[in-house]
Amino acid sequence: MTTIDIDHVSRWFGNVVAVNDVTMTIGPGVTGLLGPNGAGKSTLINMMGGFLAPSNGTVTLDGEPIWRNESVYRRIGVVPEREAMYDFLTGREFVVANAELHGLGAAEAGKALATVEMEYAQDRKIATYSKGMRQRVKMASALVHEPSVLLLDEPFNGMDPRQRMQLMDLLRRMGAEGRTVLFSSHILEEVEQLASHIEVIVAGRHAASGDFRRIRRLMTDRPHRYLVRSSDDRALAAALIADPSTAGIEVDVTEGALRIQAVDFARFTELLPRVAREHSIRLLTVSPSDESLESVFSYLVAA
Amino acid sequence: MYNPTVARLTYRALLGRRRAAILFVLPGLLLLIAAAVRGFNGPDDQIAADVLGGFALATMVPLIGVIAGTGAIGPEIDDGSIVYLLAKPVKRPTIILTKLIVAIAVTMVFSAVPTFLAGLILNGNGQQVAVAHTVAALVASIAYSALFLLLGTVSRHAVVIGLVYALVWEALFGSLIEGAKTLSVQQWALAVAERVTGDGLVASDVGLPAAVALLAGVTVAATWYAGQKLRTLTLAGDE
Repeated sequence: MTTIDIDHVSRWFGNVVAVNDVTMTIGPGVTGLLGPNGAGKSTLINMMGGFLAPSNGTVTLDGEPIWRNESVYRRIGVVPEREAMYDFLTGREFVVANAELHGLGAAEAGKALATVEMEYAQDRKIATYSKGMRQRVKMASALVHEPSVLLLDEPFNGMDPRQRMQLMDLLRRMGAEGRTVLFSSHILEEVEQLASHIEVIVAGRHAASGDFRRIRRLMTDRPHRYLVRSSDDRALAAALIADPSTAGIEVDVTEGALRIQAVDFARFTELLPRVAREHSIRLLTVSPSDESLESVFSYLVAA
Repeated sequence: MYNPTVARLTYRALLGRRRAAILFVLPGLLLLIAAAVRGFNGPDDQIAADVLGGFALATMVPLIGVIAGTGAIGPEIDDGSIVYLLAKPVKRPTIILTKLIVAIAVTMVFSAVPTFLAGLILNGNGQQVAVAHTVAALVASIAYSALFLLLGTVSRHAVVIGLVYALVWEALFGSLIEGAKTLSVQQWALAVAERVTGDGLVASDVGLPAAVALLAGVTVAATWYAGQKLRTLTLAGDE
């Protein structure tokens, strides 16, 4: 059982604050680190992996500081986001080298390559690999010493759906074995499918923490905004506002449309078509106007 | 303090890159010059010493040192692949020392060996000119490798800075300006060569004890500092 403790950690680069007073504990099982691009996920993972010193606060592995402490890598495996590897090596040579640096050998390397199902291409140069293959060889290099903690920075980037599923299965299995698995992603669905526990980072701040159902509810229960055009906007507006799922409607004369704010997502999506049918109103346009991930996240921060 | 896996990765990266072509071009050029000079002038001790001092030691050795020293670590830090070495329970000074040994070996092979061959071609090692310059190339290889390895660890512009140092400082100022000569690896190495060869053929502006002390001091200090820098190397994310 290995735990990473992040205690009041901040990190700034010059006068840009990348991580702002974050406190969280990452324990056994699969944890997803969710946030939009540029939120500070990589900075946080780099500090957990010992590649970056916190400007303030402490990052520890079972109480031991991670920064400037090579011995933690006996227990930590790292899968970096960056593509660069030793491209002039074959996949097997690369994983064997990683094993040797842990004091292990070809047997362990072979096992790790089998785990990620890369044996079929292990004797090809890494330079010839697709992005998904690289990702799997990176995984093998991180797994070779069977670490109790696995840190993955955006591991699903550039993977096709089949590779994604394979990697998810693998990570799930590792979480079930009691390892501490942390991965970052900016895609909610990815995190939801894999992680039992989610930490949300927005603009360097720790926005939310908990199981994905709670986070999902926070995300779906937020006020939704829609732009609606119909054959009779005012009649539709009058009918909708009578229902408690609708908090406000604006008749946008210049756009020739309604701007609707719904507070009960599930109820509103059922209400809108029903009301239209009952009043014989044709719906011409229904489009959500704030579905960008950023707006979802910024709502979470405010919540 | 030496890790064979790090060494293997380092020399394969070093010799596998396109830049490595220079490692073959420069010694080839030296041998060509030596053969041409011998062809036109016949064996002449002073000319042999001038060619080896003026081209081999002043230009070729520092350039090979730049390629091998910065190339042993710089590209890995630039593209981030050093993370695979750093995320291991291997002491940082061990990584630096291993890379230094590889850089020294490569610099020696590609500078001292051709220097010796060129010396043989020029005057058949008369007055020990070939041996003296080979010894100088060997000791210079050590100091250059350590200096440029440090440069590769601390700067992303290591090759440019290294080239400016090698070409402007060592090749130009180092042979012309008095003060610069005392702070030139080339002059320290020549002080060692001066001891080996016959009278008057090689002259250095630095005394032998001072030269040896400076060579050793620079090598140790640069290596130690590179180890310290690697311990606190920051791999900033893309954001």
